Amino acid sequence: MAIIPEPVTQLLDAALVGELTVVDGNGRPVTYPLIPLWDGEKVYLTSSSLFSRKLEHIRGNPKVSLSITDPESVGGAIDRATIQGDARVIEEDPHGGWERLLPIWEKKEPSIVYFLKARVALPLFFERALIEITPRRVLFWSGGDTSAAPVVTSVGTEAA
Amino acid sequence: MRSTPELDARSGLEKLATYPYQILTWVDDGGYPVSVAVDARINPGDLSAKFDAPSGLTVPTDREVSLTGSHIHPQPGYGYDERRHVTVWGPATVSGATVAVAGRTAWGWDESEVPFFEYSERSVGKSRAYFDALSAERGTPVKPRLSLGFLTLRTTRLPFLTATIVPVTLGILIAASHGFFDPIAALLTIIGACFVQLGLNVANDVFDTLSGADDANVTPTQFSGGSRVIQYGLVSLRQMATLSTVFYVLAGLIGLILLATHGSTALLVIGVVGFIVSLGYTAPPLKFVYRGLGEFAVALGFGPLMLLGAYVVQTGGALAWEPFVASIPVALLVALILYVNEIPDRRGDARAGKRTLPVRFSETAVIAGYNVAVAAAYVVLVAGVVAGVLPIPVLLMLLTIPLALKVSRGLAPNYENPYGLMAIMGINVQLHLRAGLLLLGAYLIVLILGAVAPTVSLFIG
Repeated sequence: MAIIPEPVTQLLDAALVGELTVVDGNGRPVTYPLIPLWDGEKVYLTSSSLFSRKLEHIRGNPKVSLSITDPESVGGAIDRATIQGDARVIEEDPHGGWERLLPIWEKKEPSIVYFLKARVALPLFFERALIEITPRRVLFWSGGDTSAAPVVTSVGTEAA
Repeated sequence: MRSTPELDARSGLEKLATYPYQILTWVDDGGYPVSVAVDARINPGDLSAKFDAPSGLTVPTDREVSLTGSHIHPQPGYGYDERRHVTVWGPATVSGATVAVAGRTAWGWDESEVPFFEYSERSVGKSRAYFDALSAERGTPVKPRLSLGFLTLRTTRLPFLTATIVPVTLGILIAASHGFFDPIAALLTIIGACFVQLGLNVANDVFDTLSGADDANVTPTQFSGGSRVIQYGLVSLRQMATLSTVFYVLAGLIGLILLATHGSTALLVIGVVGFIVSLGYTAPPLKFVYRGLGEFAVALGFGPLMLLGAYVVQTGGALAWEPFVASIPVALLVALILYVNEIPDRRGDARAGKRTLPVRFSETAVIAGYNVAVAAAYVVLVAGVVAGVLPIPVLLMLLTIPLALKVSRGLAPNYENPYGLMAIMGINVQLHLRAGLLLLGAYLIVLILGAVAPTVSLFIG
C-alpha cells in the first residue's frame, strides 16, 4: 500500500479539482484541471473521450503529477501538495468501467449521479477512461506557503 | 476543428494575470512534472512573468516551463461553475532569487467564452479519433454506447411526436363532432402519421449529415441541431437511412390500408402531397429547408395536411372549412417551433447552404416575424369563431397568450446565446402543445355538449 502523508490524503479526499500535469511528445508539461479520486492506495482521475489528448500523452510518457493548490476547491483548506507518480490508462470499457469509482466521486460531487442518469443528453461525456496514478513522491507545503521549501516524501510501497 | 479559440502568449498572460496565483510547472531531471504555486508579476506587454524562486526547488533553464491559472467555483452538491484555466509556456531564466518566464505559447478554456456544451461539441472529433484508435489497437470496433431506450429516444426524437399527435387527434375530434368516428381508422391514422414524422426526423439527420449542416453546428441544443447520433458515432449513417426507410414503409403500408378501407380522392391527394413534403423537406431534389421553404413545409405538413388527412379518413373524403381553419393556428405554432429552433443553428445552417429564415434575415426581422406569426395564430382563431366557422370553446387557446409573450420577450436577450435560448425554445414547444391540448379540450366540450344538449349551439351566428 502506498504511504502518503495524512494531510495530503485529506486534501485528496476534499479536492473537487486538482491539476493533472502530463508530459507531451516534446517533453513539455501540459496541465489539466480534473477531479481527483483517492481510494486509499492510488489516485484516480477520469477523462472523457471528448478530452482524450491527455490520454495520448500518458501512453507516450506515464510520468505525471497532480497538484492541489486552490483553497476554494478543497473547502477552504490552505495546505498545498504535488504528487508525482506513474500513470496507467484503464479503458477496457469506456462506457461503464469508470463507474466503479462512482461511490467516491458521488461523495465529493453528489450531482454526478443525477448527471449520469441524464447521459442521453451528453453521451460522449460519459464515455470515459480511468487514469490510475501510483504515487512515487509527494511535495507538501503546510499552510500553503510555497515560499518555504516543501516537505518531500518518497512514497514507498509495502505488502498490503 | 479547434475545441478552444486560438490564444497567443500575450492574451494568455493577460488572462493569467487575473488569477490570484499561478502554478509553475516543469519536468524535473527524473522526468516527472513538478508544480508549485507562485505569485507572479505578469507583464503581458513584454510577454514576461516574474516571481520569487520557489524555495528548495530548482527551476530549470534548459527546457520550457509553464504557468497555469485554474479556477472553478464549486456549487455544493451541484457541480461547478465559472470554470476557466489558462497555461502559458516559455523558457525560464533565473537571476538571483527571481525567476522570469518569457511567454511563447498559450492555451486555455473559459466557459464564459466557450460554454461547456459548445466546448464538448467542438471536441467530438477528438472522441471519434479516440474510439478509432481504440478500435485499431484491439482489432475490433469499439464504439460509444447508449442504452436502447435512450438511443431510441435520441435517434427518433420521440418527444417531438406531439407535433403529429396534436393535429391528427384534432382532425379526428372535429370529424367526430360532425358525426363521423371510426376508432380503428383513428388509431391507424395516428400510428401512420407518427411513422411519417419518425421517418422525417431520421431522414433529416441523414441529409443534414450528408450536407455537412449537422457537423458544422457546434451549438446544438435538445431542441435543435438534430439528434447527432451519427456525429457521436452511436448509429451509422447507413443504419439511420435504413431506419428512416423502415418508418416510411410502415407509414406507406398504413396509408394503403386506410386508402383501401376509407379511401377517397382527397385522402389520396393529401397522402401523396404529405409524403412529398415530408421527404422533400431535406432530401434532394426538393430540399425545401435549403431553399428557405422549410418553415412553410412544416406548417403545411403538421397543420392542414395532418389535420385534414385525419378528418377525411373519418368522413370518407368529405372536406369542410372548419378543420382547415382550425389547422391554421396549429400550423403557425408548429412552424414557429422550427423557426425559433433554427435561431441557434443559423451559423451552421448558413455554412451548409441551408437558407432558413433566421439565416436569411436580421435578428430584428426574425423577432418581428415571430411576433406577426404568433399573433396571426390567435387572430385566425378569433376570426374563425366570429365568422361562425369554429366553435366558441376553441377560444380556450387564448389562455396560452402569456406563453407566447414569454417567448417573444425572451428572443432578443438570448438571440446570441444558444444555451440561454434553450429555455425559450422549451416554452415555445410548450406553447404549441398546450394550445393543441386546449383545442382538443374545446372539441371534447363540443362533443359532450352535443351529446347532452344537442339544441345548444356553440357557434356564433
